[in-house]
Amino acid sequence: MNSKLRTPLARVRGLGSARSGTEHFWRQRLTAVANIPLTIAFVLIVVSLLGRNHAAAQQILGSPLVAIVILLFIGSVTYHMRIGMQVVIEDYVHGEIARLSLVMLNTFFTVVVGLTAAYAIFKLSFGV
Amino acid sequence: MTERPVSPHMQIYRWPLPMLMSILHRITGCALYFGTLLMAWWLTAAGSGPKAYGKVAGFVDSYFGRLVLFGYTWALIHHMLGGIRHLIWDAGRGFSQQEREGLALATGVGSVILTVLLWIVGFFLIGGPR
Repeated sequence: MNSKLRTPLARVRGLGSARSGTEHFWRQRLTAVANIPLTIAFVLIVVSLLGRNHAAAQQILGSPLVAIVILLFIGSVTYHMRIGMQVVIEDYVHGEIARLSLVMLNTFFTVVVGLTAAYAIFKLSFGV
Repeated sequence: MTERPVSPHMQIYRWPLPMLMSILHRITGCALYFGTLLMAWWLTAAGSGPKAYGKVAGFVDSYFGRLVLFGYTWALIHHMLGGIRHLIWDAGRGFSQQEREGLALATGVGSVILTVLLWIVGFFLIGGPR
C-alpha cells in the first residue's frame, strides 16, 4: 500500500479495509493451535464410547474432565469454523446481499450448534 | 478462430500433491462444519435419555454409521495435519520444493495412520467391554 496515501494514525491502528486488522487471521491460528490437543482428545472420547449404553455414556460425558475437554472443544471449534466458513463465503459468493446474508447465517449456525452442544454437556454434568 | 495456446487448467495437468491436499483441507473443513450437527445430535441425545441415545447408537453401530464416523474422524485429523502444515508455513519454514512435497505426503499418509491409531487406542484400549 502506498504509504503516502495513508495517515500515520491509520498505520498505527493497522486495521485496514476490513476494519478488524489481523484479528481474524490471529484468532484462526489461536483456535487452530488449541484444536490440536482437543481434537485428539475428542476423537478418543467418541471412539471409546462406541458400543456403550446410555447410562455409561451419560456418566462418562458428564464426568468433569471429559465434560471440560468437550466444552473447550466445542468453544474452540465453533469459533474456528465460523472464521473458516466466512473465508469460504467471501471467496465464492460475490453478490453483496447474498454474501452478507450468508456471513450472518454462518454466525447464527455456529452459535446455535455450539450452544446446543454445550447445553447438552451442562445437562449431563448437572443432571437438570 | 485459429488455434492458440491456452494455459493449462485443472483437468489438463497432473495434480501436484500439495494442491490436492490444499483442496482437501478446504473440503474437509466444510464437511466438518456441517458434521458438527452430528456431534450436537449425539450430545443432545445423551442428555435427553436412553430412547434418544438409542437412536444415535443404532445409527452409529450400523456399517454405514461406522463408515460415516470413521470418515468424520479422518476428516478431523486430515484438517488438523493440514492446519499444522499451515502453521509451519506461518512460521516461515517449509517452502522449498522438497519440503512442500514432503509435508503434503505427510498430511495425506499421516492422516490415515493417525486416524487408525486413534481408533485402535480409543476402541480397543480405552473402550469398555462390548
